[in-house]
Amino acid sequence: MARKSVIPFGPQHPVLPEPLHLRLVLEDERVVEALPSIGYIHRGLEKLAEQKDYIQDAFLVERTCGICSFIHALTYCQGIEALLKLEVPPRARYLRTVWSEMHRVHSHLLWLGLLADAFGFENLFMQAWRAREEVVDLMEVTAGARIMLGMCCVGGVRRDLTDEQLAAVLKSMDKLNRQFDDLIPVILKDYSVQQRLRGVGRISRETAYERGAVGPVARASGVARDFRETGYAAYGELGFVPVVETEGDCYARMEVRLAELYQCLHLVRAAVRKMPSGPISVTPKGNPDGEYVSRTEQPRGEVVYYLKGNGGKNLDRLRIRTPTFANIAPLLAMLPGCELADVPVIVLSIDPCISCTER
Amino acid sequence: MAKLARSPWVVHYNCNSCNGCDIEFLACLTPMYDAERFGVLHVGNPKHADVLVVTGSVNHRNARVLRNVYDQMPDPKVVVALGVCTSSGGIFAGCYNVFGGVEKVLPVDVFVPGCPPRPEAILDGIVKAAARLGAKIRGETPPPVEKPKAAFQPAAVPEEKK
Repeated sequence: MARKSVIPFGPQHPVLPEPLHLRLVLEDERVVEALPSIGYIHRGLEKLAEQKDYIQDAFLVERTCGICSFIHALTYCQGIEALLKLEVPPRARYLRTVWSEMHRVHSHLLWLGLLADAFGFENLFMQAWRAREEVVDLMEVTAGARIMLGMCCVGGVRRDLTDEQLAAVLKSMDKLNRQFDDLIPVILKDYSVQQRLRGVGRISRETAYERGAVGPVARASGVARDFRETGYAAYGELGFVPVVETEGDCYARMEVRLAELYQCLHLVRAAVRKMPSGPISVTPKGNPDGEYVSRTEQPRGEVVYYLKGNGGKNLDRLRIRTPTFANIAPLLAMLPGCELADVPVIVLSIDPCISCTER
Repeated sequence: MAKLARSPWVVHYNCNSCNGCDIEFLACLTPMYDAERFGVLHVGNPKHADVLVVTGSVNHRNARVLRNVYDQMPDPKVVVALGVCTSSGGIFAGCYNVFGGVEKVLPVDVFVPGCPPRPEAILDGIVKAAARLGAKIRGETPPPVEKPKAAFQPAAVPEEKK
């Protein structure tokens, strides 16, 4: 029997922009066990949220994660609105959907670039990030910031889009569609990509379900679970159907995300075309009282916010269960049995967002 | 040796950041902003790097890792601190697990303000850092850096929470 050795993966690692630390127990080149250790970016955001009032918290929770920032704020605001029994105007719901989907496009493209970087496909990294600049620019045109939009507030959104801006959004979607048409078929058919991703880090539907996988990780294993199906914001009116694959390997997870890129464009277009007129926000009155669990679908999966108000302007408790936290358990099921060289690819295939996880 | 300042190799460490600064830093390396035209190369090994790009504030657990990364870099070296969190803790100032800015652990050469800073600002910060690196190579002591003024005051703790 081969001698066991332990190799540290992270916290400072070339393929990860974030500090995740895994202790990999190896037998020769094969991983037999992976032990995660987190805490490198724990800030204490949930406690800070109790010290700020519920209006300010919308901008604080946006900083949980820079990649899906808008959707964090959206989840929080939907929870507070439910506690305050606020009816959000339809136009605000549609604008929220548009920005959410833009964030999903930028997040998936960012992930595609990082994955390509992990298996040494530098060219694809650059291509994906070039396409991403288009959508980041679009966010700047519509919201005035590239990443931290600060657009979602309790009661609606903070800025309206003019007809010209909506037309610009549609035009950008066409442009992105053309770029995807150039890029995506090539990635899916590429020989080296298939060699690195097919059959790597496979988990079955049962394992994914038992370990509580969410988002593209669950959908790539055949668990058709997407929280957008429940029709929060404007998703109920846009004809949303989740993308599902059944293979459960890294390639399937990539297929799901690439198909979702097209789906995002479709949802943005549908939301812009159906955009109702009217006000974009209502003024919140009173203070949140009671408990509420707010859930939405982020690019990485389902996020859960638990909110507890006490009738004052500060919340009693804010608890965030982020999708990466849920996906770490499936990740630990993927790693044993793989080669050491495949570890970065498998870790990236769950699209880890450590700053979300540790808050 | 003087040519070193024209191609600063960069290593990046995410301390306590929310990712916003990190993805803007990565955007700098890609075709739109193309930091490589200044000779900037992003390396994974601190032993190959001249510039350390830090994002986020320092907490109890990552202070040692940050110090390790810095100590492994060969002299002369410069530190670029991205985002408001690196100077004061930013929106997270007042969190129980946040020490404060990066300067509590490392000598910082350039602070780039913003939440997150724009890629143009980051490029500007790296070019400024390269100038300071050049000065250090020539044996000069670059002037001390001005820290961006923190306008943030932690929210007062409400009466019922005390």
